[in-house]
Amino acid sequence: MSGGFGGLQELYGEVILDHNRHPRNFGPLPGANHHAVGDNPLCGDRVAIHLRVDDERIEEIRFEGVGCAISTASASMMTEALSGKSLAEAQELFDRFHALLTKPAAADAPDLGKLAAFAGVREFPMRVKCATLAWHALQSALAAPAAPPAPPPPKVAERA
Amino acid sequence: MSSPRSATAAAAAAGMPGASRPAKGGAATPGRAAPGTPAGAAGAGAGPAYDLARVRADFPMLARTVHGRPLVYLDNAATAQKPRAVLEAISGCYRDSYANVGRGVHELAQVATGARERARETVRGFLGAAAAGEIVFVRGTTEAINLVAYGYGRGRRTGLKAGDEVLITVMEHHSNLVPWQLLCEERDAVLRVVPLDRRGELDLAALGRLLSPRTRIVAVTQVSNVLGTVNPVAEIADIVHRRGAVLVVDGAQAAPRLTVDVALLGCDFYAFSGHKVYGPSGIGALYGRAELLAEMSPWQAGGGMIETVRLTGTTFAPPPDRFEAGTPNIEGAIGLAAALDYLTTLGLNAVAVWEGRLLERAAARLSAIPGVRLVGEARERAGLLSFLVEGVHPHDVATVLDGLGIAVRAGHHCAQPLMEVLDLAATTRASFGLYNTLDEVEALTAAVERVREVFA
Repeated sequence: MSGGFGGLQELYGEVILDHNRHPRNFGPLPGANHHAVGDNPLCGDRVAIHLRVDDERIEEIRFEGVGCAISTASASMMTEALSGKSLAEAQELFDRFHALLTKPAAADAPDLGKLAAFAGVREFPMRVKCATLAWHALQSALAAPAAPPAPPPPKVAERA
Repeated sequence: MSSPRSATAAAAAAGMPGASRPAKGGAATPGRAAPGTPAGAAGAGAGPAYDLARVRADFPMLARTVHGRPLVYLDNAATAQKPRAVLEAISGCYRDSYANVGRGVHELAQVATGARERARETVRGFLGAAAAGEIVFVRGTTEAINLVAYGYGRGRRTGLKAGDEVLITVMEHHSNLVPWQLLCEERDAVLRVVPLDRRGELDLAALGRLLSPRTRIVAVTQVSNVLGTVNPVAEIADIVHRRGAVLVVDGAQAAPRLTVDVALLGCDFYAFSGHKVYGPSGIGALYGRAELLAEMSPWQAGGGMIETVRLTGTTFAPPPDRFEAGTPNIEGAIGLAAALDYLTTLGLNAVAVWEGRLLERAAARLSAIPGVRLVGEARERAGLLSFLVEGVHPHDVATVLDGLGIAVRAGHHCAQPLMEVLDLAATTRASFGLYNTLDEVEALTAAVERVREVFA
């Protein structure tokens, strides 16, 4: 995409477009023991997060749902970033990610790795909710007590 | 879909009032204009009476830029920009003739009261109502519908009883759905829903079947805010009245683009918003048939709506005052009248013909882009266009368009039940106003092509 019109080039960088085209860890997770669905009532986006947590550590994490490029890429990159992390590390990562989206550029947290691709969202306050949808669903999934493995996954629409 | 027609354009071509004006725009075949047609030349197509360049000059907002590009405002179904005449009417009210209305005996109070009552008369004329007393000033369409749901639906004499029925359609905006849902829950009444056919038109046979002797209220939008479908309100009114129910019409999308005549439509209530007819926000009007308003109970209590108040009980003013408790939006009513005068002077028919032409061109241009699908194929449509770009979420479409200076709406458009029936999470919607140009349609087309490139 040519030209940085209106900050769009930063918003839709290559990493985000790639994860939108080819979401990682997409689909149900047999053996999951935590689930939650996040809704964005503004746009009708919906994402389901499935986790297998063992001894305070995220052993596996997958997602399903429909969403815009920002929410899809965010969910996809979140699953990559959190796989194998402890719950405390996950929370800490979310706090830094949230700061990246909402705080002035000077406050950029280091070590966000690929998640730094979302820095462009800062210029689009209406889209912060898209970028954090999966993370908020993750928090509700972890806040609820562990469910027995493999309940019927929450119903969400197929990805188009 | 190939050639949607604007309802009024079609009516004009068929010899309805106003057809004497050459309806070149309405009869135009959808075709490709050479990109870069100057705005003035594009405007000439609407007919000699419609001077697009002059119209655009009346709207100061259109001169601004967005992200360093000229604003292309295609979100008119959400709200419309305001002509200078409206801005001046509002500031003139505050500057020269402002006081509280209906109360004081002093000169200014009388001037302000007179101006607001003249505004009511302007609304009466705009809607073709028989008497100014049939026009209630409200905040907008939402408040107008809620007023009917309370004053009529829960009225002492007119209120619903357990087992009564309310009939709506699946294409309603939430504001013509949730008030009826709440009413039905509260009164143990039954809410029934008219489905659509494949084109996105109401299934009138189903409407007939769903009406029963228990149906008390039927609520229908005149123009769908998602599909652009123009519903045959007069025909529906006939069917509804034969079964003894009252018809409430949501005119939010129709009032800015179609000539509305409540007598010809035969509806019992008609609601519209000022901000969508190029007037101020926070003002709108409800038309109610005089006999019905007279039967209805007050829904908000306060100053200005009473006859006499004693601690043992109160008697209420006749309509419309009965439904206008408290100090009203005085400058809003005056601004609304200025907007309606502006529209009337341009001519609703000329506006409808022009918007029909924009719609026709946009439909032809967008549907020619590979991977773009238009949503809604009703035979009569007005003013707006929902579309999908394959593989790209509508929010991303709208964000890229915004980067190019083009304002459109993306989402479920406050019509979630309709989106569910269409099996869509969201659409992108471009909606036209009387000041949009064919060049802007070309800009939209180019921008959607750009969206395809970005997300290829």
